[in-house]
Amino acid sequence: MMEKMIFGRYIPADSIAHRMDPRAKLIFVFAFIAIIFIANDVWGYVIAAAFTYISVKMSGLSLRFLISGLKPVMILIAFTFLLQLFFAREGNVVLDLGFIQVYEEGIRQAFFISMRFTLLVFMTSLLTLTTTPISITDGLESLLNPLKKIKFPAHELALMMSIALRFIPTLMDETDKIMKAQMARGSDMSSGPLKDRIKAIVPLMIPLFVNAFKRAEDLATAMEVRGYRGGEGRTKYRLLFWKARDTFALLSLVLLAGALAAFRFWI
Amino acid sequence: MSNMISLENITFKYPGTEKEVLKNISISIKEGEWTAIVGHNGSGKSTLAKLMNGLYFPEQGTVTIAGIQLNEDTVWDTRRHIGMVFQNPDNQFVGTTVQDDVAFGLENHGIPQDIMVERVQTALKQVKMDDFLNQEPHHLSGGQKQRVAMASVLALRPDIIILDEATSMLDPAGRAEVIELVRELKREEDMTVLSITHDLEEAAKADRIIVMNQGEVYREGTPEDIFAMGQELVDLGLDLPFPLKMAHVLTEKGIPLKQNTLTEEELVNELWTSFLSK
Amino acid sequence: MDIVLEQVEYRYAANSPFEKKAVEDVTFKIPEGQCTAIIGHTGSGKSTLLLHLNALLKPTSGTVQIGERTVKAGRKEKDLKPIREKVGIVFQFPEQQLFEETVMKDICYGPMNFGVSEQEAKKRAAFWLKEVGMPEEVLGKSPFDLSGGQMRRVAIAGVLAMEPEVLVLDEPTAGLDPRGRREMMEMFYRLHQERGITLVLVTHSMEDAARYADKVVVMHKGRKVHEAPPRELFSDTARLAEWGLGVPEVVKFQRMLEEKTGKAFPKVCLTMDELADMLKQGGESL
Repeated sequence: MMEKMIFGRYIPADSIAHRMDPRAKLIFVFAFIAIIFIANDVWGYVIAAAFTYISVKMSGLSLRFLISGLKPVMILIAFTFLLQLFFAREGNVVLDLGFIQVYEEGIRQAFFISMRFTLLVFMTSLLTLTTTPISITDGLESLLNPLKKIKFPAHELALMMSIALRFIPTLMDETDKIMKAQMARGSDMSSGPLKDRIKAIVPLMIPLFVNAFKRAEDLATAMEVRGYRGGEGRTKYRLLFWKARDTFALLSLVLLAGALAAFRFWI
Repeated sequence: MSNMISLENITFKYPGTEKEVLKNISISIKEGEWTAIVGHNGSGKSTLAKLMNGLYFPEQGTVTIAGIQLNEDTVWDTRRHIGMVFQNPDNQFVGTTVQDDVAFGLENHGIPQDIMVERVQTALKQVKMDDFLNQEPHHLSGGQKQRVAMASVLALRPDIIILDEATSMLDPAGRAEVIELVRELKREEDMTVLSITHDLEEAAKADRIIVMNQGEVYREGTPEDIFAMGQELVDLGLDLPFPLKMAHVLTEKGIPLKQNTLTEEELVNELWTSFLSK
Repeated sequence: MDIVLEQVEYRYAANSPFEKKAVEDVTFKIPEGQCTAIIGHTGSGKSTLLLHLNALLKPTSGTVQIGERTVKAGRKEKDLKPIREKVGIVFQFPEQQLFEETVMKDICYGPMNFGVSEQEAKKRAAFWLKEVGMPEEVLGKSPFDLSGGQMRRVAIAGVLAMEPEVLVLDEPTAGLDPRGRREMMEMFYRLHQERGITLVLVTHSMEDAARYADKVVVMHKGRKVHEAPPRELFSDTARLAEWGLGVPEVVKFQRMLEEKTGKAFPKVCLTMDELADMLKQGGESL
């Protein structure tokens, strides 16, 4: 199931969402997370859902692909739904099973919370599905740049993220390799009592750490030799272009917020 | 020809150790030349590279790069003149994709973006990796990664390229790819190249070979001179190119050979004239 | 103990959108007491194949018979340890698997996992350390204080101390200097001859395949494309080139001589001595 999971993956395509500035997408998603909390009635959620649906359309990905790819998350959401259903105790009892009662408020809460959760997962997935990790990093660095004035290490953070991204597959391969080597020496990591399994991790972790430090040292040398001396005076290879569509995307969010607020406070 | 790199009377110990890994070494690398430094593992040859890029400073003696004497204050200036390709193809790949990796050094040097794009393109074309712009490193072979490392170096337009055992972790195909690339660069761009290696095939392509042993320069000369050392080279933990080994076996078996031969072709001819056609 | 592979297929991430076939329809036998080389360029599937030899991977189709045991696709296998005790694998850059505080402890790790007593394991550690050409005083040192070449020897001693019947070597000399390479291969070959250990050598080096193997298996694009004694294999230069493989230098040289003389020599020589002897005996007739 995990192999089919799309949460956190990037799917290359050429859609409006793919072409958007990563900064716009980041602001968009974070703002959406805040705005969704304004909704507190059926109409609010209908509008938010419609908004999410349009966003999915803009990404060129099919809704069905998203739903099937997010199945493991869906199970988690279903679980929250049930939890809310049985544990909220307000309003009239709608269903009485003897050992447990379902209240009116329970249904309401369960519906709203799982809806909110679903929309959040969809929106954040859209961000990673349409944006390469390196663009996300670039976007973050650029957004955090103003904070450099208060000594916030925006560049270092971004560099750390990009190096981490770069080395994840390498370290995964290495883990697999060392695991196999120790298994060939009779280590057993997949069966036996918990205590033994924890013990079996040591022969895996130590080589991994030793190698990671060696890599870090090599990498630092390679970076220094290529003239890396920190963020000062560096130029950027990847430029970010803020286009009209990015502004429109953010404007649409303002509209959404307005609509949700209208339903909540005035209608 | 002027000296690109010169080491004078270098003595060096790693911090916290007693053993002198380099003992009173003097070496010069001339502009436009391909020099190979060979020696078995532990002969001190890789320490030389660390002194040339200012990762360590010698205890005694001076290192001069492109006329600048290397010390704590000049280290960043000297590094601009040197491009280095290291042993492990994975551990020097900084960027998340091929083009980001090549751009990394350019970004560090504050090159304007439009020029960067052009230089990344040119450098990748030079190493024939321009079809792989957006490829991620874990989808590349070792040889391809080393070619990208070469491109990263070329994009910075250094005066000299140092290959620090750059082929030792590659398979034969990868090794051949990298060596061929260096030959091309040498021919077309007249690059100054220093390769530190224990691969005699690689060293055989150089203009000059420096043999290191026990932290000292053991011998220095053209490949012909060095390979004429024969068994002596093998005793130093190195190897001989095939034609020399073959000629040695032939003479031992009592087949007369008049001339020293360095290539297979020469040996075939020699065998033909002095033995087979008689 | 023989290892017999029958129609072995292996797919990574089977039944997912990321499925990738690495090995397909591979059938061959690794006979007891012999040295079998597996050659093929990077990505030919030889690394995946070698993981089947001690059941680190289970075929997605086909069977692998390891001595008495049969590992079959789709069947749940219990207790694979006896297989792994009998088939030791020295992976590429084995020094990366060292983890213990002392060389002694690291070498004992394998044997003790297989139920060897501590006392016996220590005895084996001392013995095998010497066999790989390292001085005994190293036993108490941390493996991380040794040089790269020494670390590799210690790691190899760790596998040998399991006293396997079959020893699988994956590019055991990668990264070593010429002397280290020579010594390492001679050491394995000596063990093979003196103790009758079955060797499986996965290598890029045609020289090593020619010198040490009784039989060479050629892998190409996930399939076994050829299986023959080295002399037969290396007599067909053109075919090897199709698979992206070369021939040993001495064979290349013999071909050049043959072209010059215009006559084919009676057999392909695998070593320089062989070629020199043939030239000497054949003399003018060649």
